[in-house]
Amino acid sequence: MDARERERYSRQILYRHIGETGQQKLLASRVAVVGCGALGSQQASMLVRAGVGELLIVDRDYVEESNLQRQTLFDENDAAQSLPKAVAAEAHLREANSGVKVRGIVADLTAENIAEILSGIHAFVDGTDNFETRYLLNDFSVQNNVSWVYGAAVGSYGVTMTIVPGSGPCLACLFPEPPSGINTTCDTEGIINAAASAVASIQVAEILKLLLGDHNALHGKLLSLDVWENRFQAVNPGKPAEDCQACQKREFAYLSGSRAAPVTLCGRNSVQIHERKRAVDFGELEQRLKPLGEVRSNPFVFQFTIAPYQMTIFPDGRAIIQGTTNPGLARSLYARYIGA
Amino acid sequence: MEIIINGETQEVPPQISLQDLIGLLELEGNRVAVELNQEIVRREHWAEVELRDQDRLEIVHFVGGG
Repeated sequence: MDARERERYSRQILYRHIGETGQQKLLASRVAVVGCGALGSQQASMLVRAGVGELLIVDRDYVEESNLQRQTLFDENDAAQSLPKAVAAEAHLREANSGVKVRGIVADLTAENIAEILSGIHAFVDGTDNFETRYLLNDFSVQNNVSWVYGAAVGSYGVTMTIVPGSGPCLACLFPEPPSGINTTCDTEGIINAAASAVASIQVAEILKLLLGDHNALHGKLLSLDVWENRFQAVNPGKPAEDCQACQKREFAYLSGSRAAPVTLCGRNSVQIHERKRAVDFGELEQRLKPLGEVRSNPFVFQFTIAPYQMTIFPDGRAIIQGTTNPGLARSLYARYIGA
Repeated sequence: MEIIINGETQEVPPQISLQDLIGLLELEGNRVAVELNQEIVRREHWAEVELRDQDRLEIVHFVGGG
């Protein structure tokens, strides 16, 4: 650690559970924030400011105006450009701390790419907006013995739990199956920014403890809070469930791809097309689609609006089709305008 | 009889099972984790667990937003 770093992190070094040795550990650590919305924004910002060595941000989405109320990393300019969240986050975080290696990855985390994307990561924190990705993360954590911190928020309510493989239960021990049917999400129930911040703060404290190896300091509970109803709950999660598919039977249904994520983006009136694995030429698309509707693009996303649909295409061919929840219709729109 | 759910006292039918209470509260099984008198009760045991007067329940909701 040089003099500048010593000054920069001085208040954290003064904190008795971190110190200079702890700061050195943080500076040598590699962490991933998976999903960069309300939770992920806060997590990424805090981790970068705390001085982790390397931060990976994985997100599949782009910035919209309705995100700005709670997704504190982004600004109006990002929304106006529909920048991918991972791209915008990377830029803002570099401004916050140029000493951290920040890497934004625009991708939907799937069974196929998770091992490559999260390789070499010491711990990861949950900022996702859906259950399926969380079960995938849980599978990956258990299989590879990497700790992670589950967290979620909706309305004024939030929940978090830290999963340390081999020590206590995993997410699937407590919740063996993702909830079926229609789920409440931020897009249907709304969300108070303070609820997300509260959960993200607890998650980040847990990640710091994990990175420092201070496992005795982990809260060890299934924590929940409601910042409006003023309820704070700490439930003892007990021992791993004897018949847990993930951590006892080691059947990784999500990691093997037998339980694939749905294409519908819950509550968003959108469908994600992610089975395409073909680079898209934005220049060629622009020429072809300009006569048919409104076209906008930057190096990271291409947006084509043909009322009532808006198609957002990423360079790797993935697309988010807004205006329908019907995957068949979304696929046919994709084939018609972007390519079969 | 009375039980305490998330810190609030509630009147419930006597000898109700945990499973039936979850139904009575209109909660879906795969959306909650339940702690009874400071011990987590896994879903597969809910039907066997009969609640008693003054039992303390903590119900945590499994939410997915972020």
